[in-house]
Amino acid sequence: MAKNKTPLLDQLESGPWPSFVSDMKQQAEARAKNENNVEYQIPVDVVDDLLGVLELSYVDGETHWKHGGIVGVFGYGGGVIGRYCDQPEMFPGVAHFHTMRVAQPGGKFYKTDYLRQLCDLWDFRGSGLTNMHGSTGDIILLGTTTPQLEEIFFELTHKMDQDLGGSGSNLRTPADCIGQARCEWACYDTQDLCYQLTIDYQDELHRPAFPYKFKFKFDGCPNCCVASIARADMAFVGTWKDDIRIDQDAVKAYVEGDVKPNGNAHAGRDWGPFDIAKEVLDLCPTECMRYENGKLEINNRECVRCMHCINVMPRALRPGVHGGLSILVGAKAPILDGAQMGSLLIPFVEVNKESGYEEIKNVIEPIWDWWMEEGKNRERLGELMKRKGFQALLEAVGVDAMPQHVSEPRHNPYIFWKEEEVPGGFEMDINAFRKRHLR
Amino acid sequence: MAFISSGYDPKSPMENRVTDIGPRKYDEFYPPVIAKNKGKWLYHEILEPGVLVHVSETGDEVYTVRVGGARLMSVMLIREICDIADKHCDGYVRWTTRNNIEFMVDSKDKVKPLIEDLESRKFDAGSYKFPVGGTGAGITNIVHTQGWIHCHTPATDASGPVKAAMDVLFDDFKDMRMPAQLRVSLACCLNMCGAVHCSDIAMLGYHRKPPMVDHEYLDKMCEIPLAIAACPTAAIKPKKVEIDGKTLNSVDVNNSRCMYCGNCYTMCPCLPLMDKEGDGVVLMVGGKVSNSRSAPKFSKVAVAFLPNTAPRWPETTDAIKKIVEVYAADARKYERLGEWAERIGWERFFEKCELEFTHHLIDDFRDPAYYTWRQTTNFKF
Repeated sequence: MAKNKTPLLDQLESGPWPSFVSDMKQQAEARAKNENNVEYQIPVDVVDDLLGVLELSYVDGETHWKHGGIVGVFGYGGGVIGRYCDQPEMFPGVAHFHTMRVAQPGGKFYKTDYLRQLCDLWDFRGSGLTNMHGSTGDIILLGTTTPQLEEIFFELTHKMDQDLGGSGSNLRTPADCIGQARCEWACYDTQDLCYQLTIDYQDELHRPAFPYKFKFKFDGCPNCCVASIARADMAFVGTWKDDIRIDQDAVKAYVEGDVKPNGNAHAGRDWGPFDIAKEVLDLCPTECMRYENGKLEINNRECVRCMHCINVMPRALRPGVHGGLSILVGAKAPILDGAQMGSLLIPFVEVNKESGYEEIKNVIEPIWDWWMEEGKNRERLGELMKRKGFQALLEAVGVDAMPQHVSEPRHNPYIFWKEEEVPGGFEMDINAFRKRHLR
Repeated sequence: MAFISSGYDPKSPMENRVTDIGPRKYDEFYPPVIAKNKGKWLYHEILEPGVLVHVSETGDEVYTVRVGGARLMSVMLIREICDIADKHCDGYVRWTTRNNIEFMVDSKDKVKPLIEDLESRKFDAGSYKFPVGGTGAGITNIVHTQGWIHCHTPATDASGPVKAAMDVLFDDFKDMRMPAQLRVSLACCLNMCGAVHCSDIAMLGYHRKPPMVDHEYLDKMCEIPLAIAACPTAAIKPKKVEIDGKTLNSVDVNNSRCMYCGNCYTMCPCLPLMDKEGDGVVLMVGGKVSNSRSAPKFSKVAVAFLPNTAPRWPETTDAIKKIVEVYAADARKYERLGEWAERIGWERFFEKCELEFTHHLIDDFRDPAYYTWRQTTNFKF
């Protein structure tokens, strides 16, 4: 028998899509029965009360969670989000309901023995509810009490070789796409770069020293499956420098209808026979392709590597072999000054495992120095770039301006000339001027 | 329940402390076929909705069965996922960026029993636990935020509207009849933890009333200068108030300048702004993150406000369904929703989708607004 009546939430149990309400209810029931005799370290009815407080929000149309309190584990400034219910007497099971962010493995690959260990820990010391995964990428352990935080951290680090993720004004847990692990388009090893930078910047991740949050995301190609270009203060997007690899026989197979285009992604409808002109050549943003006498030609110098032709004919076309990445900076969601997309800062950098990714760190660290020096409290990198101008960023990183940095040159001549750029400097002699021009 | 120590000693927290070890290394968890063929994949194909094959230059193949799921997930369900992965996949499983779960097997004959097992599992009340789908030119899982389940600033719930929307869109999770992939997302306030600002269709929780001021406690609970500085439109200024004969420091909110972002509330709990009538959903459309064909695009506001009609948000799901159907019928192959709207023109978009265009949809927020006004005589009647 459920502890709290939830007539509104119950209506979310019908329909085909997996019901989180049904899942929460089975978890609540399992805790109440406790067939495995778990010595629950937080209230047994935590899930019942979470259903109760959520039902109350469905009635009230308002949340019932208070601001985060200052809770965490010793020595870290992130990884734990304090959370308290604003109706603790009605729902004592969730009076304290803190979140822990657990750093996820690259590509979100798991072995079941690891997951089972995590489940046992979270059953025992938390609510048994998770997010797989949070928006930034962490495993989210949803709901525990303050005394359990250190205990959970101790067990994670000692028994599972596992650390917390980021929160607050620090480096947030970096996230990557599936990359070369199972994708033919990845131009670099997203998982290794993500892992190595995460390890090398553990201090920045755990101890808030930044003006605000800072996100790294790693996409293996310009399809941007982890949305780095829209979501990361620094987006690392795979690209290539040489020619698209072509298998002319496979091109012919597409043209002759032997292979379905786009990896068969359009199989749900009859779109008619494949038309290489209509579906590939005409959709190329730079019109750099032609198909004549059964041969596909690409003017690679004019290609901007948008991926469309490769997406449509994955068996015939592949990115070049000289892979690397582009770095775009300053993306963020709208609050406060409107959403920002990442802006291209470094068109191409080699991804060099042997150097410990030094070429990439040589971009990251000057940006952090500049942002920590110039950024205001709670100012994202993208906002600082808007306030100080793109040129200030270029100077901070030591990169020369190039046409690739803009979609078009400026519309106005209000150039902030540097004094040393103007012959004779800014100091002019008014008396000499007046000798030439009478008052 | 007796407290059981992990071994941690609160009196000497630094003793045996392990810190800064990061996540587990990715390759500890690679299935053997992935470990062996990393960087060697040649191409992929979608065999049926939710089922992919990737072919390696070594001749190896990996078959992936993708299933949807709620991102809010109990350990009971995760253990069930582990049982399935142990039974069919040698104990390996992964999640996608969009909260789908992927089961991988190394030969074709293992696919069918895996699918049958997954599709046979249902919750007691009837919904699927592991519906197979979410690939190609269809609608995959909705990325979303916490909502009323766990957040202090939401203007709508997250898990509820997502469940309601995916029930409505379910057939397209299991099909690939769309002109291109269609990405739906939800963020429960404009902090946009879910980064809905570049999605084909986005539900965004939004407040519509300026904050209340809890004068009596404000100076005790908040740093007034931080609350003032938090406002992007300079709508907040310091104010002295008289309460019970005492003069208290507080703030004044200029309602006409407020854009209800809630940033002040994040800095100061004495400025709450949530309200049943005020809060609801903004529907945004036409964003994308891929660079394919055209540059990444921001989503645009298509419907300024829809109410929080719990538990199933019918106004919101109806509007989404309508947009999806018109797009599916009208767009060209490969054309993303935003590319389609730009080609036909936004005036046609509103006409075809039978959405009312109101003054709320013309940008008036700072410089970028100007660039969205029409500066040409080219328009459609």
